[in-house]
Amino acid sequence: MKAESFDQVALAHGGGGQLTDRLLEQVVWPRLSNPLLDELLDSGIIQSIPGRPALTLDSFVVKPLFFPGGDLGRLAVCGTVNDLAVSGARPQGLALGMILEEGLPRGVLEKILDSVSEASREAGVPVITGDTKVVGRGQADGIFLTTAGIGIIPEGRVLHPKKIAPGDVLLISGTLADHGLAVMLARQMPELKSALRSDAAPLNGLIERLLAAVPGVVFLRDPTRAGLAGVASDLAKTTGHLFVLDEKRIPVLPETRHAAEMLGLDPLEVANEGKVFVVVRPEDAQKALEALRGHPYGEKSEIIGRVEKGPARCEILTAIGGRRILQKPYGEQLPRIC
Amino acid sequence: MNGRYGSLEAILGRLNMAVEGAGRPLTFMEVCGTHTMAIFRSGLHSLLPAGLRLISGPGCPVCVTSQGDIDALVALADIPHAIVCTYGDMIRVPGSNGSLERARANGADLRVIYSSMDAVKIASENPSRPVVFAAIGFETTAPATAAAIDAAKARSLANFHAYISHKTILPAMHALLSGDASRLDGFLLPGHVSVIIGSEAYRPVVERYRIPCVISGFEDIHMIAALMRLAELASARKVDLENVYPQAVKPLGNPAALALLEKVFRVGDASWRGLGPLPGSALVLNQAYEAFDARRKYALPDTEVPEPAGCRCGEVILGKTTPAECGLFGTVCTPTNPVGPCMVSSEGTCQAWFKYQGTRIPEPSKASA
Amino acid sequence: MCLAVPAKILERNGDEALIDMHGNRMKVSVQITPEAKVGDWLLVHAGFAIQILDEKEAEETWAILADLQEASEESIRPKAGA
Repeated sequence: MKAESFDQVALAHGGGGQLTDRLLEQVVWPRLSNPLLDELLDSGIIQSIPGRPALTLDSFVVKPLFFPGGDLGRLAVCGTVNDLAVSGARPQGLALGMILEEGLPRGVLEKILDSVSEASREAGVPVITGDTKVVGRGQADGIFLTTAGIGIIPEGRVLHPKKIAPGDVLLISGTLADHGLAVMLARQMPELKSALRSDAAPLNGLIERLLAAVPGVVFLRDPTRAGLAGVASDLAKTTGHLFVLDEKRIPVLPETRHAAEMLGLDPLEVANEGKVFVVVRPEDAQKALEALRGHPYGEKSEIIGRVEKGPARCEILTAIGGRRILQKPYGEQLPRIC
Repeated sequence: MNGRYGSLEAILGRLNMAVEGAGRPLTFMEVCGTHTMAIFRSGLHSLLPAGLRLISGPGCPVCVTSQGDIDALVALADIPHAIVCTYGDMIRVPGSNGSLERARANGADLRVIYSSMDAVKIASENPSRPVVFAAIGFETTAPATAAAIDAAKARSLANFHAYISHKTILPAMHALLSGDASRLDGFLLPGHVSVIIGSEAYRPVVERYRIPCVISGFEDIHMIAALMRLAELASARKVDLENVYPQAVKPLGNPAALALLEKVFRVGDASWRGLGPLPGSALVLNQAYEAFDARRKYALPDTEVPEPAGCRCGEVILGKTTPAECGLFGTVCTPTNPVGPCMVSSEGTCQAWFKYQGTRIPEPSKASA
Repeated sequence: MCLAVPAKILERNGDEALIDMHGNRMKVSVQITPEAKVGDWLLVHAGFAIQILDEKEAEETWAILADLQEASEESIRPKAGA
């Protein structure tokens, strides 16, 4: 007998009964199918691989759910894969938690799961376990995703801010602020048609390529919320060194720059979801740049600064040769007119 | 760097020469908060000659909005079913009973908008709900408010009201200059206010107070060129009004915008933070548009609310005090926990100091060539 | 106190114009720039075009500025009237 179809999520879909089975069978499993998940055990069991296991967790809420260049599903996979990759780990599997709001259209859920599936295939990291809950109308905003990821850091690979020393060179793997601005424009100014696309992308391939070319990479971090300003000023504080960035060499697309200007935002403070900030020894800088540029997600990589002895803060050399402090932004990024 | 307008080095060189030639320390005020922010962001302070001091003026609408106005907006946000539409600039400004941001956390429906017309649209889409537009800004922004109110009238939108706290910049300049004019050697005038009011609007200030004034755009090179001309005028002890932003600023401004302002607003009085009550410095609705006045509609009292204890924003706005001289700056008052509006607004002097120069550090390391 | 950005006008329909800012396209009001026509550069603030930019004027001024050493006879004073 063919199970009855449904067109929106009901509370009972989260109850663990037959309706839950129906949701999983009709919508979730066909999209995420892989040998580990298909076993339907209570845990996804990965093979033993030499190295140190790394575990990470992130929750994803975004408004709107779909934006140019990505959606909640792609974000949830890329965010967790990237958190593992910048730790030097090779991601092995993801756990996906879904909180669905009663009444969520089935089509929306399907589209988001299609993106989860596509991003997980692109990254080569399967979803190996998961959980679904449904909450009453008004208790969530459509859909929230949580992804946890497990990865293995190969023997001998150590990326840590403690290793950062004066003289080290700073790189960024491409243009800044594309994600944050694409989402803000989609939310705040839906009528605006922009060439701007979110950069959400899994970076494990790019990072493996970099680490293969330059095993001595000092440290990596993905400049997500709070942007490059957040990462660079945090690291300056943690390490006690002066981080100096060169504004002229920081890549920002013209459409991003102009959208930021219109909304009164600084591209350096806006989120990225497909970029990595790289710290290397000076002798490795050129090799690192070439390795990054040789990958599709790193074509626009640049050397953007260096670490110096000095006060624990980040400074930026401006386009006109001035110098100022770059700080972590304070809170919510809001469009301004003043 | 070679721009289309000639080389930056040449302009900086001339600026240096003029400051040196003046034979006395020069103090200029950038009137406009957007200039303050652009100047800090470009690191320009680190390139200026030692004899030149730039101080920030009262042209930050958030900073000069009185605490009573913020309290009124928060009260409006608490009206059942109300929607308050505001530019993003306003939402974190603390009033005596919290900010709009806090009202939102407590359930108020607050919409951050980019254009005044968005508020009109929201009102026509929600006919059963009261919609209040927080109208703030100087002459640049006031025409957008006028257009929105005019459109609301044309569409007979009974649920749309504007809480107007628009101010005009010239009375503030008069107040500054009649107070303690001797401290200033020139004004860097706001480019975008001037787009509306025109360069000739400043002529009386220039002539009455014998002070050089140069209108500037917001690109680095515009601002440096304007400072250069100010320094050259001050050095030659000449008084003049110049415009280095003529692609946008015309002698008589934007006549269509001025006509629209005339149609919707009349001149009224306003209380400015720091400057106190300034007669003739506000735009208030003409009789024909009074039905759209949120103050009238919701019978909001005009209350004087004292400024927070210890906050010296008022003096900072006047250029009398630097942020570092305020006891709260960087300790009690920070961008994450602002006491006064100069720390809330991204174009406020205190936030610009804190953000681009560090807590109590007057300047970043001197620029290396 | 006022952020405004330059944008090129692509289409005009009454008081509304479609503008382009380096790949970002949106509609703005040209109510207070009634002479704006397709191809013009506008200065946009909070959803309103507040001025039609006149680049020729800028070039002339900057040419004078570049020559103007100290305060010479030639001036970059705003032209009276006009």
